[in-house]
Order: sequence, then structure tokens, then C-alpha cells
Amino acid sequence: MSCLFRYLSIKRFLSSWLIPVVIIGLLTFLVSRGAENINYQWQWYRVGEFLIQFDKGEWFAGPLLKGLLITLKISLLSLLLTLVLSLSTAILRLSSSIVGRGLARGYLELIRNTPLLIQLYLMYFVFGPILGWDKMTTAIISLSLFQAAYTSEIFRAGLRAFNRGQIEAGLSLGLSRTDNYRYIILPQVFRQMLPPLTNEAVSLIKNSSIVSVIAIFDLTTQGRNIIAKTFLTFEVWLMVAAIYLIITLTLSLIASMVERRKVFMK
Amino acid sequence: MNGDFKGVINFNKVNKWFGEFQVLRDIDLSIQKGECIVLCGPSGSGKSTLIRCINRLETHDQGLIEIQGVLLAPGKTFPNNLLGKIGMVFQDFNLFPHMTVLNNLTLAPIRNLKLAREEAEQIALTYLERVHIRDQANKYPDQLSGGQQQRVAIARALCMKPEILLFDEPTSSLDPEMIREVLDVISELTEDGITMVCVTHEMGFARKVSDRVIFMDHGEIVEVAKPSDFFDRPNQERTKTFLNNILHYEPSS
Repeated sequence: MSCLFRYLSIKRFLSSWLIPVVIIGLLTFLVSRGAENINYQWQWYRVGEFLIQFDKGEWFAGPLLKGLLITLKISLLSLLLTLVLSLSTAILRLSSSIVGRGLARGYLELIRNTPLLIQLYLMYFVFGPILGWDKMTTAIISLSLFQAAYTSEIFRAGLRAFNRGQIEAGLSLGLSRTDNYRYIILPQVFRQMLPPLTNEAVSLIKNSSIVSVIAIFDLTTQGRNIIAKTFLTFEVWLMVAAIYLIITLTLSLIASMVERRKVFMK
Repeated sequence: MNGDFKGVINFNKVNKWFGEFQVLRDIDLSIQKGECIVLCGPSGSGKSTLIRCINRLETHDQGLIEIQGVLLAPGKTFPNNLLGKIGMVFQDFNLFPHMTVLNNLTLAPIRNLKLAREEAEQIALTYLERVHIRDQANKYPDQLSGGQQQRVAIARALCMKPEILLFDEPTSSLDPEMIREVLDVISELTEDGITMVCVTHEMGFARKVSDRVIFMDHGEIVEVAKPSDFFDRPNQERTKTFLNNILHYEPSS
């Protein structure tokens, strides 16, 4: 816990949080002034019910909160699948098998050089029906395939830069190849790769908003639907953006705390 | 040393190339069980490659190597039953930085020898005691001095109960005042009957501790002799030059 306090100390707070807070304040001011000029009627008092509702003595999740849960579910499952896929791809690309390297390379280039939206449509309209996937599965697989292509390059860099001596030490102790990966290589590579991996997770969460085009009721879809009913365009989009911001910033904060803990441990 | 396999480590006409460059030339060598061999020579002479061929971190290109009765053809890696039976201590220690000293020692015995954790920890603590750092068991490698780290690395290799122990310049990245504590620990191991091959430039250690000294140059074995003969009556011109150079640079203490 002392680590948390140190992280949130006054000096750090001022240096790293003051500037963003000032900028956000300034933006808020400009937006509200601009909205006044076009006679936009702010109705912030109505947005609470989109998050949480109180009815007959009980609390219910509003549409935005429900959407957030779907977004989190998609992101989390895709993240796990991304890690597995990207690591396998990276290992294949570094392997001595020509077929393995070719497969990995082909997958990488195919994904990297086509738009995510088209990949999602292809999955939803072509491969999904053939393979009998539901919308959720299609969304998770599309997002993972996309993100894993980029993440595999991070793993590849990490694995290539890994100290060979560590592997030799493992081998000379009689550890199997799998054990070497599991106990020696991956724990160290993961720690080293934590900052870029956090980036990938953040970008995955943001990319997940694209599933709104295949009628999944995630945070973005819910926001759009509310606006269609209520015309509270400014409030709802601002709120949706803020919710994404809160999730991704929380993730980055956790990651940097883990990273700091690593320093103490070593 | 003429190719009939009578030792625990045997090399017969072994050649190896790195691309165009020949690192090992017609190596014939037989090392007896329990012997302590010091391997020395100028850098690039192939001594590290030679011991790395013993535990198959490198494979050879021509000739035959036999380790503990297991015949290894060119290009062949180790059969699984020999894995872990040949320990190695590296110049840069290569301790696992994300594990405590104790976990560094118990990992391989638990995974490879399938020991229970308690038993592996008992053995680990015994060996840490032998290298005089039992009190550091729960620290991380980075919290230890270089000499301590190398002693942990030696204990880690010993935990696998190896019959052969290879040292690849074990004191070369240590500060001078830490070299002694590591060499002391290695000297104490000669009583255990482990076959040891040590690449080192510590000539004092070679003279006092080793059974035979091997001098290599340009990938060849130039001279093999008992330490007293090697230092006082070297046969070969190249050995004399090397000894002159290296003794000249030895710090006067």
C-alpha cells in the first residue's frame, strides 16, 4: 500500500495530473461556450438514468452500464485470445520451421494490410455463417485476430532481445524447452514488454467499439441508441468518451503500478 | 589420448567450424572420472567452444564425442536422460533475476528430477551452506555481490547432482577481491569426485587445484601437462609465450 501512496503523492499529482486537468477544464469551458452559441440545451440532469436506474425500491443498470459490461467482456476475452495468438505467432516466426514461419508471416501481412472494419464484415457475413459463429464469437475472434497481429511483433522483439545466457542456463540445468519458456523466458519477457502490452490492451478496448456495426449492444451502440431516442447528442457522446477514458486510464495506472513494483522486487 | 574411449569425457578427432572459421581442430582428449582440468589459452582459441560441446550447447561437425558412455555423432544434441547431468557455471552467472536465490536452486530439481518442493529446498539449503551463503536464500540475485551470485550459480548447478561440472571463465566478470571466494568454493568441490573442466586464466588456481592443464591455441590442443610441468617446464614455444604474457599481467599481490 505504501507503494500506492508514493504513487499518489502530492508532488507526483501536481506534476503528472495537474496539466491534463487544466487542459480538460479549458476544453470543457470552450465546449460549453460553443454549445451556448448554437443554442444547445444542456440536459445533464437526464443522463444519470442511462447509467443506473431506481425503480420500485431496486437499482437497475442503465443502458450505458449494460453496454459497458458487454464492452468489458468483449475486451477481456479478446485480450486473452490476443495474448495466446500473438505469442504463438511470434514463436512460429522465430522457429526453424519454414512452414511455421510462412504461416505466421502470411497471417501477419494479411491482417496488417486490410482494414479492421472489412475484416469484421468478412467474419460476420462470410466466415461466421459458414462456421456457425454467433455475433459475440465473431466479434471476439475478429478483434483478437487483428490485435494479435500487432502484438506478435512486440513479442517477437522481446523474445529476440532476450538474453541467450538465460536460456543456456535453463538448458544446462536440464529444463525442457517448454519449462524454459514457462519459467524462464516468458515471465521475464512479459515484465519487459508490459508497457507496450498495455498499449495493445488500451487499443483493443478502443477498437472494440467497432463491434457496434454488427449490432452488438456494447457501450458505443447503447450510446447511439440513447441519442436516437432522446437527441441528447452532446451529453451522451461526451459521457461515452469519458467512460472509455476512465477504463483505459485505470488500466494504464494499474500497469504502471505493477511496473514500479517490479523495480522494488529486483 | 589416442581415441580409445577410456575416460568419462572423450573427444576423437573433433572438428568444428563457425562458417569459414575453424574453431576446433582435430581435438583428441580423454578426461578421467573425478579429474579437475584447467583449460587455458588466448581468447578465440576455442576453449569455451570445447566445453560447450561437452554439454551440447554447441554441436561439433566432425569426429566423435563420448560423454559418460553416450556416443554423440556430429550435429547431435543430448539424449534426454543426460540433460541436467552436466552442470555449467557461466561467466555472467546467468541467475534467473525474477526468482529468489532459493527458487533459482529448486526449479530444475522440481521440474526435471521431480523432487517434492520440501526436499528440493532441503537440498538447496545444504548447498547454499556449502558455498557459505545460506542466509541469502530469500534474496533476489540483484541484491547480491558478483562473488555471491557466482556462488549461487555453483550451488544451483550442484543441486542437480551433476557428475560433470563445466566452468566457463567463472571469475572473469568479478572484481578482483571476489575472485578468491569463488575459487575457494570450486577448490572445495574437488573433494566430491565431480569431474570438473574449468576454463580460466587464474594460473594460481590452475597450479594448486588442477590435475592437468590443457593449453589451447587457434582451435588446437597445444599442450597437456601436470600443473608443475606445465608452469615450470612447458614443452611448446607457444605455451611459453602465453605464460610469459599472462604471468606478466598478473596483479602483484
